[in-house]
Amino acid sequence: MTAMLGLCNVLERPAVSLFGLQDGTFWLPPQRSTIAPAVDTLFYTLLGISAFFFLLILGLMTLFVIRYRYRPGVGPQSDVKHSTALEIFWTVIPLMIVTYIFYQGFVGYVRMRTVPDNAYEIEVVARQWKWIFQYENGLETNDLYVPADRPVRLIMRSDDVIHSLWIPDFRVKMDIVPGRETETWFEAPWQGETGRHALRCTEYCGTSHYNMLATVVVEQEADFDQWLIDALAKQQNKPPPERGEDLYNRYGCIQCHSIDGTMEVGGVAVEGPSFKGIWGETHEFSNASDTEVNREYIRESILDPSAKIRRGYPDKMTTYKGRLSDEQISEIIAFIKSLKD
Amino acid sequence: MASGTIPESTDNYLTHTRGWKSWAFTLDHKRIGVMYLVAIASSLFLGGMFALAVRIELFSPGRTMMDADSYNHMFTLHGAVMIFLFIIPSIPATFGNFILPVMLGAKDVAFPRLNLASFYLWVTGALFFVLTLSLNQLDTGWTLYVPYAITTKSSVLLAGLGAFVLGFSSIFTGINFIATVHTMRPPGMTWFKMPLFLWSLYATALIQVLATPVLGITVLMLAMEITLNLGIFDPKLGGDPILFQHFFWFYSHPAVYIMILPGMGIMSELIPTFSRKHIFGYRFIAYSSVAIALLGFFVWGHHMFVSGQSVLLGVIFSALTFSVSIPSAIKVFNWLATMYKGSIHLDAPMLYALSFILLFGIGGLTGLFLGALSTDVVVHDTYFVVAHFHYTMFGGTLVAFLGGLHYWWPKITGRMYNALHARIAAIMLFVGFNLTFFPQFILGTRGMPRRYYDYTADLAKHPEFQLLNVLSTLGAFLLATALFFMLHYLMRSLRKGRPAPANPWGSGSLEWQCSSPPPHDNFATPPTVDDPYDYHDLKYDPQLQGYTRDA
Ligand code: HEC
Ligand SMILES: [Cu+2]
Ligand SMILES: [Cu+2]
Repeated sequence: MTAMLGLCNVLERPAVSLFGLQDGTFWLPPQRSTIAPAVDTLFYTLLGISAFFFLLILGLMTLFVIRYRYRPGVGPQSDVKHSTALEIFWTVIPLMIVTYIFYQGFVGYVRMRTVPDNAYEIEVVARQWKWIFQYENGLETNDLYVPADRPVRLIMRSDDVIHSLWIPDFRVKMDIVPGRETETWFEAPWQGETGRHALRCTEYCGTSHYNMLATVVVEQEADFDQWLIDALAKQQNKPPPERGEDLYNRYGCIQCHSIDGTMEVGGVAVEGPSFKGIWGETHEFSNASDTEVNREYIRESILDPSAKIRRGYPDKMTTYKGRLSDEQISEIIAFIKSLKD
Repeated sequence: MASGTIPESTDNYLTHTRGWKSWAFTLDHKRIGVMYLVAIASSLFLGGMFALAVRIELFSPGRTMMDADSYNHMFTLHGAVMIFLFIIPSIPATFGNFILPVMLGAKDVAFPRLNLASFYLWVTGALFFVLTLSLNQLDTGWTLYVPYAITTKSSVLLAGLGAFVLGFSSIFTGINFIATVHTMRPPGMTWFKMPLFLWSLYATALIQVLATPVLGITVLMLAMEITLNLGIFDPKLGGDPILFQHFFWFYSHPAVYIMILPGMGIMSELIPTFSRKHIFGYRFIAYSSVAIALLGFFVWGHHMFVSGQSVLLGVIFSALTFSVSIPSAIKVFNWLATMYKGSIHLDAPMLYALSFILLFGIGGLTGLFLGALSTDVVVHDTYFVVAHFHYTMFGGTLVAFLGGLHYWWPKITGRMYNALHARIAAIMLFVGFNLTFFPQFILGTRGMPRRYYDYTADLAKHPEFQLLNVLSTLGAFLLATALFFMLHYLMRSLRKGRPAPANPWGSGSLEWQCSSPPPHDNFATPPTVDDPYDYHDLKYDPQLQGYTRDA
C-alpha cells in the first residue's frame, strides 16, 4: 500500500506545477483537520486500486485486440465457454477488496460522526444564501471563527431549504435540513499562522447557491477568546442604526435591497426595493391598500413579507419570524429610518 | 422516415402499409420501436443542447451568456430531459421493442395495444416536459428535493405530472416484456438459451414494474403537498424533507439499473459477435443481471450519507452498495474473457463495446469512492459525482445505445452506413467524452461543488478551476461534433447506403435470420433455435457481403 501511495506522489509533482495549484496535492486540497489524513489515505488507496484495475482492463483489452485481431482464414483459437474456477476467482477477489474498502470507510465515518465531549460549540444558521455563525456569548458573524487545536462542534439549523456545509480543507460535509438539527465537528491543528479556509454550500438551494460562501478563520485559542470578547463589544457599542446596518449585511437583506436608491448591489441586479428614503413614504401594494412606511409596516414586512407585496416587485422575500428578535428588528428600523436624508 | 427510402421492393415492415395513419395506429412492435427511436433521439438532442448551454456558461468565470437563474433552469432541464425522456426509456423502448420479439422468433410482443399505449403515454409525458420548458421552466434540479421544490415558483407540478405519466409508460413496457419473455419463447429456447440481451431486458422490466410505482407515489405526494399543504414533507407543517429523499432514491437508485442493465445486455451481444467466440460465463452473466436488479433495491441510502440519516443506516447502506458492485465486476471480466483467443473485428459496434468497457470501468471504479463512507463525505455533491455518473450513464448507457444503434441499424433500416465514418465518430466520441468528464473528477476532489453557476470567488486560491472547466467545455463540443457527424452519415445511409444483408456481422441470434429490414410478421416459418453464441457454421459470403449459415 505504501508503495502505491509513493507512486501517486511521484506522479503528482509535475501535474501539480502544470495546473498551477496553490496548495494541496493534484487530487486534494491541503489537510487542515485532524481527520483529513485518515480520509485521504483511504482516498489514495482507492485511487491506487482503481488505477490498478483500470490498467489491468486496458492492458488486457489492448493485448487481446492486437493479438487476437481478425486475420483472414484464421478463426477463434479457443472454444471455452466458461470456467467455474475462474469465475469464482473473480467474484471472490473483488469481494475481498470491497470488504476491506467498506471497513476502512466505516471506521473513518464513525470517527467523523462522533463528536468529542469537550468540543467547543458554535451554532450555525443557514438561509438562502448566507451563513450565520452564533457564538456562546451572543456574537454573530458571517465567517466562521474557530480556535485551533480544539474540537469544534457545529450545531446546524436551516431557516428555509436544505443546505450543506462543506469545508474542503477539513474534509467535513453535512447537510442542514429545515425542521431538524444536524451537527458535525472538526479539529484544526495550529499551522503557525492564522488559517483561512473556504466554506461552501453543497446542497443546491436556489439562485445564489454558488455564492453561499464563507471563510473559516482558525486562530490560536487565546487569540480566539480575546477576539470573541472584542468583537462582541464592538458590535454592542455601536448606536442602533449602525447595529441595524450590521444586521442588514449579516442577515442577507443586502442580497435583495440596496441602500442607495438603485436596483443593484455591488454591480449585481437585485429584486427588492431600495431602502433609501422609503421611511415615511406611502407605498402601493398588489394585494393590500396603500400604507405608510412606519414601524408597524416594516415589522410586518420582515415577519410576514407576503401580507403586503409592494406593487411592481416579486413576492420573493421569506419571513424572518423566529430568526430576528424584537430588539434586532428595532435596530433595522432605526437603520432604515436613518436612510431618510 | 419517408417511404421512398426503402431498399428492396419485397414486402417488409416499412413498406407493408403506407400513410401516416399506418404508423400512428400501428401495432407492429418494429414500427413502435422506430417511432421511439426518433422520439428518443430528439430528446437526446434537446438534452444535449441544455448540456452545451451549461458547459458554455462555465467556460469562463463570471457571467458568460446567462444569469444564475437561467443556469439553474438549464442544468435542471438537462438532467430531467436526459433522465426521464432519454436514458430511462432509451434501450428498452427502442431496441427492446424492435429486437426483443424478433430475437424470440415471435411475431410481436405479448400485448401490442399496450405497447402502442405506452408510446403515447411517453409522448404525453414528454409534452408536459415541453410545456414546463415553455412556461415557468424548472429550477429544482432533477432531484426535486423538498422543501425547495415546494417553495420555488417554477413548474414543479407540471414536470411532476410529466414524470408520473412517463412512469406509466415505463411500467407498461416492463409488463409487456415480462409477459413476452415468459410466454412467447419458441420451442427449444429455454431460459438459459435466451440471448443475454433478453435476460437484461427481463431484469430491467422487473425493476420497471416494481420500482416505478414508487416514483408515481412520490410525485403524487409532492403534488398533494404543494396543492393541499398536507405536511408530509414540508418541515413548516411538521413534515420531513428526508422522507422525500428516501422515497425519491428508493425509485431513483433502482432506476440507475433500469438505465445500465440493458446497456450491459447489448455488450453481451456485441462482444461475442465481434470476437466470433462464444460468450464466456453465460450463466454468471445472466444471474448477475438478476442479482443487480434485486440488490439494486436495497442501496438507495448511499445517496444520503451526509443528509442527517443515522450512522447505522449509513453503514448498512454502504455495505449493501458494495455488494452490488460485484455482479458488475463479474460481467466486465467475462467480457474480457470472451475476447481472449477470439477473432476480433473492430467494426464500429465493437469500438463502442470497447469504449463501454473502459468508460463504464472508470464509472464503476469511481463508484468505490462514493460507496465508501468516509470518502463519500469528501466527494458527495461535488463535480466528482457529476463525472462519476456521466461515466456510467453516458459512458455506459449512451455508448451502449450507440453501439446497439450501429449494430442493429442495418436490421432496422435495411441499409449499411459508411463503416469508416462510423469508426471515426466512435473514436471522436471516446476522446471527446474523456476530455469532457475526466477533468470533472479533479474539479470535484479539488473542491468545486456541483450545480454551481460560477467559480469566480474561488479563482484566487483555485486557478485550476478555470483550466479544468475550459477543458471540459472543449470536450463537450468535440462530443457534440461526433454526434452530429453520426447523425449525418446515418441519415445519408438511408438514401445512399448499400442494402443490408440479413446478417452483416455474423451474429447467431434469431433477429439475423430474417431479412433486413424484417418482414411485417418477422418470420414466415418459425425459425430454428440454436445456441445464440455459436458462430461455427456462420460463413462470410463475399457476394452478399454478409454471413450465411452452412447447412
Ligand atoms: C430574497 C430577497 C430578499 C431578502 C433576502 C430580503 N428581502 Fe425584503 N423584500 C424583498 C422584495 C422582493 C420585496 C418587495 C415585495 C414585498 O413587499 O414583499 C421586499 C420588501 C421589503 C420591505 C418593504 C419595502 C417597501 O419598499 O415597501 C421591507 C421593509 C423589507 N423587505 C425588509 C427586509 C429586511 C429587513 C431584510 C433582511 C432581514 C430583507 N427584507 C430581506 C426581497 C427580499
Ligand atoms: Cu445553500
Ligand atoms: Cu444510487
